[in-house]
Amino acid sequence: MFDVNLLRKDFPILSREVNGQPLVYLDNAATSQTPKQVVEVISDYYYRYNANIHRGVHKLSQEATDAYEKARATIQKHFNAEHPYEIILTAGTTESINCVASGYASLLKKGDELLISALEHHSNIVPWQMLCEKTGAQLKVIPMTLQGTLDMEAFDTLLNYKTQLVFVNHVSNALGTINHIQEIIEKSHAKGAKVLIDGAQASPHIKADVQALDVDYYVTSAHKLCGPTGVGMLYGKSELLNLLPAYQGGGEMIATVSFEKTTYAGLPHKFEAGTPNIAGGIAFGAALDYMNEIGFEVIAKYEAELLAYATTALEKIEGLKIYGEALEKTAVISFNVGSIHPYDIGSILDQMGIAVRTGHHCAQPIMDFYKIPGTVRASFSFYNTFEEIDLLEKGIRRAVAMLQ
Amino acid sequence: MKTIEAIQEEIVEEFSLFEDWMQRYEHMIDLGKSLPLIKEEFKTDNYIIKGCQSKVWVHAALEDNKLNFTADSDAIITKGIIAILIRVFSAQHPKDILSANTDFIDQIGLKEHLSPTRANGLVSMIKQIKMYAVAFQTQLN
Repeated sequence: MFDVNLLRKDFPILSREVNGQPLVYLDNAATSQTPKQVVEVISDYYYRYNANIHRGVHKLSQEATDAYEKARATIQKHFNAEHPYEIILTAGTTESINCVASGYASLLKKGDELLISALEHHSNIVPWQMLCEKTGAQLKVIPMTLQGTLDMEAFDTLLNYKTQLVFVNHVSNALGTINHIQEIIEKSHAKGAKVLIDGAQASPHIKADVQALDVDYYVTSAHKLCGPTGVGMLYGKSELLNLLPAYQGGGEMIATVSFEKTTYAGLPHKFEAGTPNIAGGIAFGAALDYMNEIGFEVIAKYEAELLAYATTALEKIEGLKIYGEALEKTAVISFNVGSIHPYDIGSILDQMGIAVRTGHHCAQPIMDFYKIPGTVRASFSFYNTFEEIDLLEKGIRRAVAMLQ
Repeated sequence: MKTIEAIQEEIVEEFSLFEDWMQRYEHMIDLGKSLPLIKEEFKTDNYIIKGCQSKVWVHAALEDNKLNFTADSDAIITKGIIAILIRVFSAQHPKDILSANTDFIDQIGLKEHLSPTRANGLVSMIKQIKMYAVAFQTQLN
């Protein structure tokens, strides 16, 4: 039985005050809050078995290694990867993308094409631009529609046998649009292209099955789904990860080292140079356990109710325009009111203890498309309540009255 | 001519009359309306202050050894903030601008605007005003 008030007790931060008002945290798409259960896993690691992993013969090192590898298995199971070694633990989505992009520097040639979507976060644009500069490959963009969805007809036209890689986010961070990744993957594969899906925004809401999707690379960050910052995942099919050159040199990623020749370790260690974020990795697993305990279907159902309620409430505000009106979207509302600058609304809401995001959300091309400086973005999580949405609505109305 | 300190005290006193943040913000928004506006021709990247989520343009000109500022912003609150700064620093000698401190911001309850986040530009605005003062001070020497 889903009881939001009971769940909120797991998040001590939700009962704090901001500017003398109870906190209303609606910036979940930027980072989610961390439940006690996950924080306790981190402190337990440092209090009880902090040690470097994979190397030590002593007990603590073995315990730490076991916990870290158990977390990898949890992540593997959650995303339904075929093998645990297909899960590379990284510093987060951005590093995961850079790891793949840097690997392709030696695999691409002039004349190759990369296809990216107009809905991408800067971190899924810039690494590929850098890759194109290095290799002479060309970056093509799948355009978006006014509704905030991808123009799939244009996608069909742009995709061709020169296309080597396609990058799309599962869910747009700025608008909440859920992209048709299954269709994109199937069509791309038919032309021989590989697909990387940025799952950072989808992971807190949708349980992706990488085998069912037949996706080549899937990346995400733990801090979006109740885990800590500084840790994330790169899933890749093992045959592709084996082909991809190592990203960084260092400890852990080697088999043997001499000054003449170093041989690299197998997966996943080839991509995990240096001492990793051990506590973070273990907590990533704990965060997935926590969310699976609640259940992703239950979460999706509740968040859909929150989204519908908030959309109805906000649409009643005169002059309020919602950006991103895809039929399928996660619990994100990106909006502006009249010609009021999003920064002004965000600043006033902050005074009322309501945390939202304002600005371009690291997706400037989307803002350019709509010819706006940015939006106010309220993003909801399963621990938000209908009462908080009422406060948001009231807050926006007050802000608008002050600013008009 | 009032000194920078005197104007700052005046502003602190003005803001002390308000009981809550809403009144402070409303006053700030009102101050933005009296901002000496920058000429349209200067609303270019040369005069824009980087590091703000909203756009802020500031122009400075020297007259009788005093710096006069004009500015504008596409956000109302930011406009109020720059208006307060211009009220403090306009018609002052560059060397007085350089030696002035800006503790009054804290005292008028706008401390949160001083945090060095990328979203707000108060720190960048003060820096830019001081940069103008440095540049014109060099001219005067």
